[in-house]
Amino acid sequence: MRVYVNGEPREINQPLTLAELVVELDLPPARIAIELNRAVVRRNDWSATTLDDEDRIEIVHFVGGGES
Amino acid sequence: MSRAITEKVSGAASAGESLIIAGRAFSSRLIIGTGKYRSFDEMRAAHAASGAEMVTVAVRRVPLDRSSESFLDHLDPALQILPNTAGCYTAEEAIRTARLAREALETDLVKLEVIGDQTTLFPDNEQTLEAARVLVKEGFVVLPYFNDDLIMAKKLLDAGCAAIMPLAAPIGSGMGVQNPANLRIMREQLPDATIIVDAGVGTASDAAIAMELGADGVLMNTAIAEAADPAKMGTAMKLAIQAGRLAYLAGRMPKRLYASASSPLQGVVK
Repeated sequence: MRVYVNGEPREINQPLTLAELVVELDLPPARIAIELNRAVVRRNDWSATTLDDEDRIEIVHFVGGGES
Repeated sequence: MSRAITEKVSGAASAGESLIIAGRAFSSRLIIGTGKYRSFDEMRAAHAASGAEMVTVAVRRVPLDRSSESFLDHLDPALQILPNTAGCYTAEEAIRTARLAREALETDLVKLEVIGDQTTLFPDNEQTLEAARVLVKEGFVVLPYFNDDLIMAKKLLDAGCAAIMPLAAPIGSGMGVQNPANLRIMREQLPDATIIVDAGVGTASDAAIAMELGADGVLMNTAIAEAADPAKMGTAMKLAIQAGRLAYLAGRMPKRLYASASSPLQGVVK
């Protein structure tokens, strides 16, 4: 099945949770946040959230910036 | 000038009482950004020199093609982080961004920005108000960037915003307060509002003017980050904000068109 992570298509061949996706992407789990199909998924729910075909995932962090 | 204010000032260390935002006290009235610095070291030095206790950061997609260290690790852990919705052009984008920031940082503070135009970076006041209403209902402490307009200020306060952040001039322009009358009117008409001038300050005198007009604080980024010596400008801004605040509380003399001698008119040697 195919999901979209930060707008990029990604093929997934076996069931994958958000927690596993974070590991697979080699992301530092602290101070990031995840949105699944436009709704925030709380950190505690990452491991219980399994991805479906055509899911759209946004993973964000913080960068330097002041105003737009 | 009321006795209460005079006593507050004389009893304070240098520049007066705390800046209160949603019940939280900050001894510095300067809030600064984290963008455009030439290096992390330079940013840290500028932050320290400015005395700011709150810094704003932007929310962006994590890059997936490379490992990225956390930008937040480069900030002094003592700083209050104020996530912003910079780069958002609709209420919906700003609301989603604020929710993500709250989840990642466990803070309910958000500097709300909904931009209406790429060239000017002027705010879309209508979308800003819509987003503010939703976010306040969700428990956010909303600090909205908006045009320096009294009516919009009232609407944002009615919506429950903890403070209001009118612009001084376009973001990153460094032109200083372009419409001092609007800020003065806002101060006089909204005496209880927390007003933080956001955007457009270029140098220390601009910050002092904003404070002299009665702003409770100033938020800036480029003026410090793009200075040739950001740490030195950080110190300059700190002092300017203290000076401007004290001048506001002191109550300036009225402007006159003609001279007014300060020496006695009698007894001059003839």
